[in-house]
Amino acid sequence: MFYKLPSFEYFKARSVGEALELAGKIGDYRFLAGGTDLLVDLKIGRYKPRAILDIGGLRELSYIINDGSRVRIGALTRLEDILRSSVVRERLPLLHEAVYHMASWQIRSVATIGGNIGNASPAADTAPPLLVHDAIVKTRSVRGERAVRLEEFIQGPRRTLLEPGEMIVEFEVPASPGLEEYWAYRKFGRRSAFTLSVVGLAVGAEFLEGSPVFKVSLNSVAPKPVRARSVEEYLKGKTLTDSVIETASKIVQQDISPITDVRATAEYRRHLATVLLKDALKEIAGRLRR
Amino acid sequence: MKVSFKLNGRPVEVDVEPNEILLDTLRLKLGVTSVKRGCERGECGVCTVLLDGEPAYSCLLLTAQVEGREVVTVEGLRGDELAEKIARSLVEQGAVQCGFCTPGFILTIYAGLKKGLIKNVEDAKKLIEGNLCRCTGYLKILKAVEKLLA
Ligand SMILES: Cc1cc2nc3c(=O)[nH]c(=O)nc-3n(C[C@H](O)[C@H](O)[C@H](O)COP(=O)(O)OP(=O)(O)OC[C@H]3O[C@@H](n4cnc5c(N)ncnc54)[C@H](O)[C@@H]3O)c2cc1C
Ligand code: FES
Ligand code: FES
Repeated sequence: MFYKLPSFEYFKARSVGEALELAGKIGDYRFLAGGTDLLVDLKIGRYKPRAILDIGGLRELSYIINDGSRVRIGALTRLEDILRSSVVRERLPLLHEAVYHMASWQIRSVATIGGNIGNASPAADTAPPLLVHDAIVKTRSVRGERAVRLEEFIQGPRRTLLEPGEMIVEFEVPASPGLEEYWAYRKFGRRSAFTLSVVGLAVGAEFLEGSPVFKVSLNSVAPKPVRARSVEEYLKGKTLTDSVIETASKIVQQDISPITDVRATAEYRRHLATVLLKDALKEIAGRLRR
Repeated sequence: MKVSFKLNGRPVEVDVEPNEILLDTLRLKLGVTSVKRGCERGECGVCTVLLDGEPAYSCLLLTAQVEGREVVTVEGLRGDELAEKIARSLVEQGAVQCGFCTPGFILTIYAGLKKGLIKNVEDAKKLIEGNLCRCTGYLKILKAVEKLLA
């Protein structure tokens, strides 16, 4: 056996209440949802917790609810359920598209959205769509509930605002008619499928008093998935002409701080950010003209 | 710790360490050798099993995670009409060369057809993304699916 998992104690939670109570008692634990990130991290020795707290069976946190102006997604909803959800396809098409390009069927049938965000990887693919939608992360602990904007929730590589004993229970995702129709998603990896992002990009437009407000988010180009605020600021009140798109796709350089790693060089990621943004904005401009 | 689940239609109970992965339990304790050991990190698909009817990697599941659930491997599909058809089609198209990836492909294709998720070759191409094959270049595998759909 090439990889050996370190030893740990194992607890299976039967309810959210029990999970939170156990977490408080154990102290040195890691939640396991689907385990597709965690088991790899344990195998390579990134974490060595005393205990694994399996929350994968908590059906009460597996749901997708179309709730008027927003969609609520339970933290333990599997990626495959998100992919097959007509509510997500219609109201959060960016999220649908991102999940379509994530991992493989074998991973998606086990992996959860809570795990993707909880892991706080700079390459998390559900993050750009959720950031464009200004998603709220709902958490719970024995001390009560909190609601935090996703943009603040992820702090850096594998760092979140989660406190000991606290778990993610839900994502509250505001939906809007604009983002249902005017969106573009790009994921560039080292191969065309079953691959992590070298750069991932989600762009959408919402409408404020009839004029479009653009929202842009990228992953794998900074210590955490980011909103491209300078681009958004520049695009305010502008029409997407070729020259505006050209300038916007250069400005994105101010919003990113990529590093060189096993997947790509920082320079290449900078190049891709500009090229992908230009391409995505052109797609949206085409839809806006119709 | 004791873990009980259904394996190929039969209830099993095994005594495992908390850090034991399903791949090891199947191969080393339950004699299920169609489930292969490859990358051991969710990247190749040779360890694929069906978990409650959907493909999953047994190298990325603690055995403890499958408590109370249903695991199926190709051993459990012997005599199943659809599975036998898939196997025959793969053989006829020359899609079994070294054969190391074959059990995994059969399971993924089986689940895709059974659930009605594979309606054409494009669907199949998408769903087999998580099964790697180093021999056939995938064309023969997709040809086998195409023949099944015809
Ligand atoms: C081969 C392979 C390919 C992959 N491809 C992609 C890809 O294309 N794009 C991508 O973004 N990711 C990819 N991943 C990463 C991974 O599959 C996803 O991030 C997945 O969504 C993680 O979910 P999980 O339920 O398996 O998380 P787990 O591994 O169970 O958990 C991940 C982390 O989050 C914490 N956590 C989980 N749930 C909660 C909760 N409710 N509250 C608080 N903390 C929690 C855990 O403690 C752990 O630290 C891939 C992984 C593999 C092995
Ligand atoms: S051994 Fe499990 S995916 Fe490679
Ligand atoms: S037949 Fe050899 S790996 Fe697929």
